[in-house]
Amino acid sequence: MDNKNMKGWLYLLPAVLFLGVFMVYPLIDVFIYSFEEGYNSASQTYFGVGLYNYSYVLHDPYFLQAVKNTFILVIFTVPISTGIALLISVGLNSIKPLRELYQTIYFLPYVTNTLAVGLVFMILFKKTPYTEGLVNLILNWFGMTSVDFIDGPYWAKMFVLCFYTVWVVLPFKILVLTSALASVKQDYYNAAKVDGTSKFRMFTKITLPMISPMLFYLIITGFIGAFKAYSDAVAIFGTDLNAAEMNTIVGYVYDMLYGNSGGYPSYASAAAIILFAIVLTITCINLLVSKKHVHY
Amino acid sequence: MGKQVDFEKIEKSAKTRETAAKAVTYTLLTVWAVVVLFPFYWMLLTSVKSYSAYNSEYIPKFFTLSPTFQNYVDAFTAVPLADYFVNTLIFTVITTAIMLFVTILAAFAFARLEFRGKDLAFTIFLSLMMIPSELVVITNFVTITNLDMRNTFMGLILPSVTSVFYIYLLKENFAQIPDELYYAAKVDGTSDFKYLWKVMIPICRPTIITITILKVIECWNSYVWPRLITDDQAYFLVSNGIQEIRENGFGRENIPAMMAAVVVISLPLIILFLVFRKKIMEGVARGGTKG
Repeated sequence: MDNKNMKGWLYLLPAVLFLGVFMVYPLIDVFIYSFEEGYNSASQTYFGVGLYNYSYVLHDPYFLQAVKNTFILVIFTVPISTGIALLISVGLNSIKPLRELYQTIYFLPYVTNTLAVGLVFMILFKKTPYTEGLVNLILNWFGMTSVDFIDGPYWAKMFVLCFYTVWVVLPFKILVLTSALASVKQDYYNAAKVDGTSKFRMFTKITLPMISPMLFYLIITGFIGAFKAYSDAVAIFGTDLNAAEMNTIVGYVYDMLYGNSGGYPSYASAAAIILFAIVLTITCINLLVSKKHVHY
Repeated sequence: MGKQVDFEKIEKSAKTRETAAKAVTYTLLTVWAVVVLFPFYWMLLTSVKSYSAYNSEYIPKFFTLSPTFQNYVDAFTAVPLADYFVNTLIFTVITTAIMLFVTILAAFAFARLEFRGKDLAFTIFLSLMMIPSELVVITNFVTITNLDMRNTFMGLILPSVTSVFYIYLLKENFAQIPDELYYAAKVDGTSDFKYLWKVMIPICRPTIITITILKVIECWNSYVWPRLITDDQAYFLVSNGIQEIRENGFGRENIPAMMAAVVVISLPLIILFLVFRKKIMEGVARGGTKG
């Protein structure tokens, strides 16, 4: 019997070691860090224990800017990307020829390096003394004046960031929704057709309720993902996000930890925990709302 | 007779409406396909434009008549792109290999073995799935720094190994194998490890391939952790390499060479995707998340 127990744990040992050292311990430690005031990473000493780190972070204009950016990003990209994904999936589901080709194309952004393709987006949107950039060229065709999307006004930069984020997250959403739509039984539609139901009514009364669990799954993961946005912003605006006014909460955490403004794990921890609290709250709200509207 | 004509008319109008709907659908789908593909086209196009041609185009051209491969030569000679590549390859292969080893053993223990504390351990594992990496990265950074493992492959790899979700995925798959097989093997005197190696792994190969591919994609694109832990160019991965190229390489204006580097970095995963298209899409639908 003892031998059996030993054996089970022996197989589990590597996983327990890795998770213990790099997940469980850090999880406890991050809370400890966040309460240690005046932590010095060189000497590993601190003055006292309290909430100073939280108050510092909450009063830091860079952090407030990051929170604002992150919230704007979430509010725009989550509904827009989910909406477009739904539209495209419904379209994909209604055609037969070329469907696989479209699906393959739509999935491409998932397998590409965010940093690398972000560079292409930067070039498409950037305006330099040598060239207007392609997007501005198209704007000019429609009689609009060109804007510098990369170093220009705040909302132009925010637009590029939102656009790129939607471009990056869509493959996953389209994939999940297409398979959800494909699994709705054809019988329901046939029954509705016999009753002479209109297409729109079929969509709202059959399709939406049937895929609502997946839709809400996407909305919840979409919120979580968008709150943790970071590499998309770096890909377009470079590593100095504070200077570009485009920092995100996660970016603030990493800046506090490392780099030119780094060396403050306590502030980083406090910011990370605030982010986690925000994400947890929003997820709970989402779950409450979904209880009312999702049909399992 | 008059009624017959009416039916035909109704059928006809229904048909035209259907064709119109189809046309609208295809147009919308094509528009989005163009939006998705255009950046790829643009990076390929720019990468074969010569430096002088690119900079003389105030209004960018949609094609080029004199493609050049000079940019690709520059990408490999002016910046250590080949080194970034090799680093990423080493990192990806070792991380994925250790991940597979850890995951298979743990999934086997949870799915097949009986031992005290198993249920509790599994519950704790599951709850760890909800922990965002942003929360643990801070301490890991301090740990690795204190262990003097900054700018080493050990430092890059060790915290990147664990994936609770893959353990869960594989455990579910292992658990589907009928118990009778296990007892039959036991009667024949097969050891647990041999049973795992000879029976379970071959049966669950599709799942194992799926998690391998997902992990490879994750490793190839990882940016945050490598950026925190390496500041020596000799240990840069491609993501950090591209950021470095953007900020310091080639001189800021040499965009065609940058695009050549971007093409080279993107190509391996695109090829992997085109080869394993079905497997990757299935795997991601089952368990990938991004965004």
